[in-house]
Amino acid sequence: MSLLTVADLSVAYGRIQAVQGVALDIAAGSIVTVIGANGAGKTSLLNAVMGLLPARGEVTFRGEAMARCPTEKRFSLGMSLVTESRDLFTTMSIEDNLILGANRCGRREIVQRMAEVFARFPRLKERSTQLAGTLSGGERQMLAMGRALMARPQLLMLDEPSLGLAPIIVREIFHIISDLRDNGVAILLVEQNARAALQVADYAYVMELGLVTMDGPASQLAGDPRVIESYLGFGGADTNTA
Amino acid sequence: MDATTLLLLGQDSLISGAIYALLAVTMVMVFSVTRVLFIPQGEFVTYGALTLAALEAGRVPGTAWLLLGVGAVAAVLAMTRARQTLTFLKAIRILIIDVGLPALLLLIVHWAAPLKLGLVPEMLLTLALVVPLGPLVYRIAFQPLAEASILVLLIVAVGVHMGMTGLGLVFFGPEGYQTSAFSDAVFELGFMNISAQSIWVVTTTAALLLGLYLFFEKTVSGKMLRAAAISRRGARLVGISTDRTGYLAFTLTALIGAVSGLMIGSLTTIYYDSGFIIGLKGFVAAILGGLHSYPLAAAAALLVGTVESFSSYSASAFKEVIVFTIIIPVLLWRSIFRPPVEHLE
Amino acid sequence: MKPAHAAIALVIAILAIPLAPISDYWIVLLDNIGLYSLVAMGLVLLTGVGGMTSFGQAAFVGFGAYTTAVLSATYGISPWLTLPLALALTGLAALAIGSVTVRLSGHYLPLGTMAWGLAFFYLFGNLEFLGAHDGINGIPPLRIGTHDLFDGRSFFSVVWLVVLAASVLTTNLLDTRVGRAIRALRAGTIANEAFGIDTARVKLIVFVYAALLAGLSGWLYAHFQRSINPTAFGLNIGIEYLLMAVVGGAGHVFGALLGAGIVTILKDQLQDILPRLIGAQGNYETIVFGFMLVVILQSARNGLWPFILNALPPRPAKPLVPADASLPQRPKPSGPAILDVRGINKHFGGLVAVNDVSFTVGAKEIVGLIGPNGAGKSTIFNLVTGLLRVTGGEVYFQGNRIDAMEARGIAALGIARTFQHVELAPDMSVLENAAIGAHIRGSAGLLSGMLRLDRAEEKRLLGEAARQLERVGLGAYMHRPAGSLALGQLRILEIARALALDPALLLLDEPAAGLRHLEKRALAELLHKLREEGMSVLLVEHDVEFVMGLTDHLVVLDFGKMIAKGVPAEIRKNPVVLEAYLGGVV
Repeated sequence: MSLLTVADLSVAYGRIQAVQGVALDIAAGSIVTVIGANGAGKTSLLNAVMGLLPARGEVTFRGEAMARCPTEKRFSLGMSLVTESRDLFTTMSIEDNLILGANRCGRREIVQRMAEVFARFPRLKERSTQLAGTLSGGERQMLAMGRALMARPQLLMLDEPSLGLAPIIVREIFHIISDLRDNGVAILLVEQNARAALQVADYAYVMELGLVTMDGPASQLAGDPRVIESYLGFGGADTNTA
Repeated sequence: MDATTLLLLGQDSLISGAIYALLAVTMVMVFSVTRVLFIPQGEFVTYGALTLAALEAGRVPGTAWLLLGVGAVAAVLAMTRARQTLTFLKAIRILIIDVGLPALLLLIVHWAAPLKLGLVPEMLLTLALVVPLGPLVYRIAFQPLAEASILVLLIVAVGVHMGMTGLGLVFFGPEGYQTSAFSDAVFELGFMNISAQSIWVVTTTAALLLGLYLFFEKTVSGKMLRAAAISRRGARLVGISTDRTGYLAFTLTALIGAVSGLMIGSLTTIYYDSGFIIGLKGFVAAILGGLHSYPLAAAAALLVGTVESFSSYSASAFKEVIVFTIIIPVLLWRSIFRPPVEHLE
Repeated sequence: MKPAHAAIALVIAILAIPLAPISDYWIVLLDNIGLYSLVAMGLVLLTGVGGMTSFGQAAFVGFGAYTTAVLSATYGISPWLTLPLALALTGLAALAIGSVTVRLSGHYLPLGTMAWGLAFFYLFGNLEFLGAHDGINGIPPLRIGTHDLFDGRSFFSVVWLVVLAASVLTTNLLDTRVGRAIRALRAGTIANEAFGIDTARVKLIVFVYAALLAGLSGWLYAHFQRSINPTAFGLNIGIEYLLMAVVGGAGHVFGALLGAGIVTILKDQLQDILPRLIGAQGNYETIVFGFMLVVILQSARNGLWPFILNALPPRPAKPLVPADASLPQRPKPSGPAILDVRGINKHFGGLVAVNDVSFTVGAKEIVGLIGPNGAGKSTIFNLVTGLLRVTGGEVYFQGNRIDAMEARGIAALGIARTFQHVELAPDMSVLENAAIGAHIRGSAGLLSGMLRLDRAEEKRLLGEAARQLERVGLGAYMHRPAGSLALGQLRILEIARALALDPALLLLDEPAAGLRHLEKRALAELLHKLREEGMSVLLVEHDVEFVMGLTDHLVVLDFGKMIAKGVPAEIRKNPVVLEAYLGGVV
């Protein structure tokens, strides 16, 4: 059964249409990626699904219609979003950031979940009293993911998790993403690093100018000549297709 | 200026500085959590002082009626805003909380006021009447504008100030009142007198500041407020509702404002519009402290208190001019050391 | 009806109204509305158009009023002679206060106005020579010939002729080169500075202009009331002025008149009715005003004037007469390195965003700056255009060292740019946005604009903007508001604005993002053509194929460091580049 279904979703900024009639579907425990160029509408799509942006269309999560559901409600139903800017509580410690990720839980529950997060991201444990604002880019990404995982989400949405990170860190992050999937967390991954995203994902969508222009199993799209040329290739001919 | 005068002025500085510090700290908090520059903070001081004065005189304070009226307005607005999802039960719940409770309070006050129950129960009753106005004001004026710019929120805050001052006149009248002190005792310390009241004010302030500190550092609710202040979006992403943090911040503001009113009411005569200038001085301190730092705001408040006390001694006519112009050098400093183009990356 | 005819009709109406059988009560009320409109009009310009909220305008009314009161009542100088003095004093005060105030960012500015608004109120009330709290009495009335303007009826025409003149001048002002810069203020300072506009100076101009209108109102007020005291110049009155601007519509000159009318009449009626209803004395109107302010901002943020505007028939856009003379063009540079970047660094705190980068751009050359997200490309643009300061290294443009120069000075040398995140004024038309680019090619000042002496130059500036719009293919959208264009079109509009500066070097930050295939091709053709005409281009772009086909040289960045440099064919095969782009593979 689908965990998340998006149908005919549109987002507009004033008269600018950022997302136009997008449909997508995520099965529980799978990784779905959305790839596309800067400005294709990927971030707007995630924000609309999380309820951060007003949108038209349907978002159904665990069988419930999400229209009129504020972000906080979607969060408590099991959706988490790690944004491109991470939105950490920069002047608070790593530990406090994680505590706030499970702010509705009792103390014992918080301690237990924090131990799980630290097991997954040992680096965070070493620095648990350090302020979030003093962390490096990779550590910030880990903390943002850790904070989201404190809520034990069923769907984790990641916006450009590899942004600005060195290749070795990117590898680590993608490793954790596939491990999370193996533990039953569904993941909606928005990436510019299309090659890495297609390797880790089960299913993929391509967005261009607010529209989904292609979709299919990730391995199949990775072999599609149009995808190779537009998103994977650094070589190839000078001609480009729209 | 001899030593006695100096010590007297020092004591005076400390008392007014303490009150400005409370106001400044809550203003910084409200601003960072809700982005509202809450100009009407001083009105809660007035309401607190004048409500206590009425209770002391054995009268039903105007705030009891005002709370009922504001609650009714909030209830109507809440029901119209939620009209698409409103159920009978929800409507009943809104009515009980917004209208029922204030009505109950009004009945209690009607019974209790003539009995003159004494200072402490009257103070508690005052807080029960004034503090709920904080979250109600947030709901009526600011909640629908949660995404508006700081400037729009500031102008709305000024509108709320106008409304609250006007209502203050209606419900308290134009006369000024002074409440009785916690204590009339005076201690002699060497060659100067220290009133027990001033010790009360300073210790209460210190206790409140310490309480706020512990609340922000140690409790999850306090951390949620801090989180919302650092990143509103980050807070929403971990399920912290900005409406809830808004209520909480405004409740704290009203509480601290009303307590300041209880303290200041015995030190000076308070009129329906006195709170504005008191609040603005707290604001001057908050701005001097940069609007972000609690300790800096509190320290600046002591400075404001000192400047005020000493200028009222040496240039009494220009006391207010001096207090409000000390902000200018700070602003000047900011404008000189500003980067060529703001907010780039 | 032509504007001139409308003005004549209005003048006749203003002269006729006092003769009409209207009760004294309404005439006096209209006098007051006129006085308040002047202040509100200044606020409209300051707040609604320029984005600077002031609660302190009442203090400037006080400057005007007290100056003339002291001079005419105490020293017996004729009111007509005190007018220039009152304005001069108000202007000087505004210049001094404004030079501190307008530099404040965001909400510090209105808080600052509140502080000095209060300080002046207490100052007026405590200075003996201003009569302290009692104020000044016995101010002589205005006199025309031998006729004293004692009553509201004879005063009416004076007030409203002044209001009419101020409306005309203010409307004119907004429709000029300086006016465009004022209107662009609200969209942010970055783009304006990058096109050579001294935003701090423009803000100060608006601030002083608004204060002068307030001072003028104060001068009239003093001779109308013939006695003044500090209460008329306090913070509460300052707030009421702002209320007028907000209620009427803070973005429209005539919103000021509407707002002043509504608030004044309402205040008058409420002061009459409410005490009778409630049965006690008090200024209950403040409650209503408070609620009004809250409700207007919650439900009609742009005030009430737009509702009236919508009810009126739309005015057709002014047809653009082609200019008979065009703007002079700068000579095209030559040489192998018109832009020479030598070992620049940029640190943000501990983060090294740009690390020892050197490259050159020659005349008639298109150079591409590529690299993964976060590689420091946009930072380099900001360093070259002076929006950010280098931490180390040097930048030369045509032999001038520019790394320590202000952005507007660099623009004047002939470097124009576009922004990755579009920096345009959404409420202004496409044409006006493009004309911002030509700002430094004009010279008309405030006064010549208000008096309409700038029309020839204005025609050339707009003509240049229109020409560039036609060139990039946006000619059909010229009179639409910029906010109504699609993202791709906005990027093209940014290019048109940059071209209107007549740059020797054009910096484009991701110009192809959001463009469709054919649009990309048209953009490539445009850039080739510009190169043929002698322009150099430096561009950041993600679309690798687009860059490869277009550029003469490429500079590749990764984590702030330059990792490769060369012609596209070399870069394509460079193993370090391939690793940077493809290294994130699992």
